[in-house]
Amino acid sequence: MNDIDYNTALKELLFKMADDQYIYGHRTSEWIGIGPIIEEDIAFGSIAQDKVGHSLNIYQMLHQLGEADAEKLVFTRNENEYKCCHLVELPIGEYDFAIMRHFMFEHAEYIRFEMLTESSYHPLANLAKKYKGEIKYHIFHANTWLKLLAEGNEESKGRMQSALNQVYPMAMGIFEESPYEEILRSEHIFKGEAALKSVWMERTEEFLQSVGLQIPNNKDFSEAMGGRKGYHTEYFGPLLKEIKEVFVTEDPSASW
Amino acid sequence: MYGGGFVDEKERQKDPVVQDDPIKLAAFEARIAAGEKVEPGDWMPADYRRQLIRMIEQHAHSEIIGALPEGTWITRAPSFKRKMAIMAKVQDEIGHAQMLYSACETLGKSREQMLNDLLSGKSKYSNVFNYPAITWADVTVIGFLIDAAAIVNQVLNSKGSYGPYCRALERICYEEAFHLKQGQDAFAALALGTPTQKALVQEALNRWWKPIIHFFGPSDKMSVHSEKLMRWKVKMASNDDMRNQFLSTYVPKIQELGLSIPDPNLCYHEESNSWTFSDPDWDEFFRVINGDGPCNKERLAVRWWAEEHGRWVRNAIINPNERYVVPLA
Ligand SMILES: [Fe+2]
Ligand SMILES: [Fe+2]
Repeated sequence: MNDIDYNTALKELLFKMADDQYIYGHRTSEWIGIGPIIEEDIAFGSIAQDKVGHSLNIYQMLHQLGEADAEKLVFTRNENEYKCCHLVELPIGEYDFAIMRHFMFEHAEYIRFEMLTESSYHPLANLAKKYKGEIKYHIFHANTWLKLLAEGNEESKGRMQSALNQVYPMAMGIFEESPYEEILRSEHIFKGEAALKSVWMERTEEFLQSVGLQIPNNKDFSEAMGGRKGYHTEYFGPLLKEIKEVFVTEDPSASW
Repeated sequence: MYGGGFVDEKERQKDPVVQDDPIKLAAFEARIAAGEKVEPGDWMPADYRRQLIRMIEQHAHSEIIGALPEGTWITRAPSFKRKMAIMAKVQDEIGHAQMLYSACETLGKSREQMLNDLLSGKSKYSNVFNYPAITWADVTVIGFLIDAAAIVNQVLNSKGSYGPYCRALERICYEEAFHLKQGQDAFAALALGTPTQKALVQEALNRWWKPIIHFFGPSDKMSVHSEKLMRWKVKMASNDDMRNQFLSTYVPKIQELGLSIPDPNLCYHEESNSWTFSDPDWDEFFRVINGDGPCNKERLAVRWWAEEHGRWVRNAIINPNERYVVPLA
């Protein structure tokens, strides 16, 4: 094992985490102003700020590991250089979808950071301890709403079950393995996607069942895969164009 | 953010005339003259309640509608710093709406009723938000100058007579101070930036100048006297006084940044401490307020989307045994 392998594996992990957070924050921010009740505009506004804030810290960590600065990473990379999963790219849709995606993604984030508190890369372990505290509130928010709606009236129950059927296979893309899983594990950087997935399955299943929802038995996860290798859904191109609209089109030499 | 405090006299003329008990009225006016605050359970003239509801409701609507032109730029904000700032700002504005709807509910109108009246076009919101934010520079003009204008109005209103509204405004003004700071910073970054950026912000300023002049409402000479509302400390300053105060503070700040004001007739008069300017087309102001502005339809369409797509959520969480109770503060 040499430092180059260690850094390559670490950076691959950091890129996908930061990209997930940034893109999820982007999508979540789209709810500000159009939520079902004003309190939810505000809640999603806070969550979006936390996510973008988290991604910034991780991009800064990448910069310290020799990558470009955070602004360049977000505003100038090409589509295939982004390593976010498909789940976070999907448009905001309806509130049932939003809450289900929120629930699935936040639980994965929480467990990931729980595991990373023991990372051999100490800057990441320290960050993970801090993030965990913040994500706890996101989980609380997601669980509360999922329970309210899954146990609400006939319409909302039906909607949450269809949202689950739609989102569950997509969520599997979060755990798409990297080529460096073995190094990550042996170097104690991260316990790996498979370990993350099994804890996630256990926790989400228990909660979903407690609110009366059925896990779909669809085993076709092909649609969800590829994000970690830089292949994205049809929704990602337009999203990236939007991110870059002012920064690149108006005047790339300027500082804003 | 908030628009103007414009009192629509035509609307007021439609109000039924209520004869208040003269003894109670005299006691009420004496309290206000003594600087006391009126609280929700206190006796108040019918017209006082009606005008406050109208004003606070309009203010609340201006906050949620005002979140829209800037909100569409969150995903396009050109740096981490700007993105974080604008997300926090737009979220604050929604929070202001929430506080104001609550303050207004203490007067007996529910949030649902207020939102229904917004959707039906019955209640108004600030005219400025019926203009589009075409480029990122427009966002900086809004963040700097519209928020600045709103602060002039809100600081004055926070000294008004109705307790719950004043307390909400004090918190709001505290947050608005941050909005102004970030707006000014983003605006200055363009004004002092590359030639492209400078041109972008000058064009945006040119577009927004008329709505900014409109912001505080028509000249006092044009509007019917609102003496009673001033005496009751519902309206705290005349439209012209607020506009003069705004221009005296911000015209120099704009010019210091090397930008020009797109009105050759704008002129300060030292003797009267006031400003004159070209006719800003008050007909347009009235057209826009009555629904015929560049973005009225678009803004309400967004609110309709939220209303229709959020209905199932609200229905699912409603407790059928709950009754509406007017909150006390
Ligand atoms: Fe505001
Ligand atoms: Fe504001």
